[in-house]
Amino acid sequence: MDASYITPFMTSIQNVFSTMFQLPVEIGEPRLKTESTTTHDVSGIIGVSGEMIGTIVLSMPGEAAESIVALFTGEQMAVDTDDFADAVGELINMISGNAKAEFQRKSVSISCPSVVIGSGHRVASNSGTPCVMIPCTTDCGEIVLEIALRESEEAANTKSAAA
Amino acid sequence: MRILLIDDSKTMRNIQKSVLKQLGYTDLEEACDGQDALSKVGAFKPELCLVDWNMPTMDGLTFVKTFRQTDKTTPLIMVTTEAEKSRVIEAIKAGVNNYVVKPFTPDLLSERIAETLAKCGVNT
Repeated sequence: MDASYITPFMTSIQNVFSTMFQLPVEIGEPRLKTESTTTHDVSGIIGVSGEMIGTIVLSMPGEAAESIVALFTGEQMAVDTDDFADAVGELINMISGNAKAEFQRKSVSISCPSVVIGSGHRVASNSGTPCVMIPCTTDCGEIVLEIALRESEEAANTKSAAA
Repeated sequence: MRILLIDDSKTMRNIQKSVLKQLGYTDLEEACDGQDALSKVGAFKPELCLVDWNMPTMDGLTFVKTFRQTDKTTPLIMVTTEAEKSRVIEAIKAGVNNYVVKPFTPDLLSERIAETLAKCGVNT
């Protein structure tokens, strides 16, 4: 995957967490997600469409997610509530939107967020699209951003026709 | 001052409410998408709207275009993750008076609200 697809997300999660609730994020070494990689208990998911397609996932262990949501909302919320899911959705929405602005492409859209909560779930990305995991260390715990993005066929065709 | 907060995220509406209450604004109404907002503007008669862009049912841009067909003056501030310059221009062309990119600090939101109200000649 093009490294320029990954870097904006590193900057974005740091920007969102520091601006909204002053939580520093230390970025680890990105690595490819494999079939056997487990997903944390809480996943905030955004779909990307247009000239780039794929998914972006904010994956967090339950305890870390509870602490982060408490900082974000100012309230302690149970993981199984609608308000908790809403907060996780808004976080991944801001991270994705912020990163998208750095792509310098005219036609990339993001979906409204979805949130999956439960141990042992797996978020699958489109086959043929590699998924890069960005480990992030915070005072609330270790969390992961998963980026599975590629150029759409339409955009690739337009580019090759112009070349 | 009556302020309508239009965002599908309750978390974001709560954050905005908290900032607005600190600024002394307490007459607040909430809508979870553009359609919901349109159904509330008649009765609530907002003097300022904060509008998200990406929402289900009716997005913020469609709301702004629809609202501006009958109301040319009520100040509208787009509060969104859509940060590309082309989007900002699109929103301004549709009729928003100011633009705030998420994430934002309480100070930034306060500044943009004050700036917008002053620009639109609204007495607070």
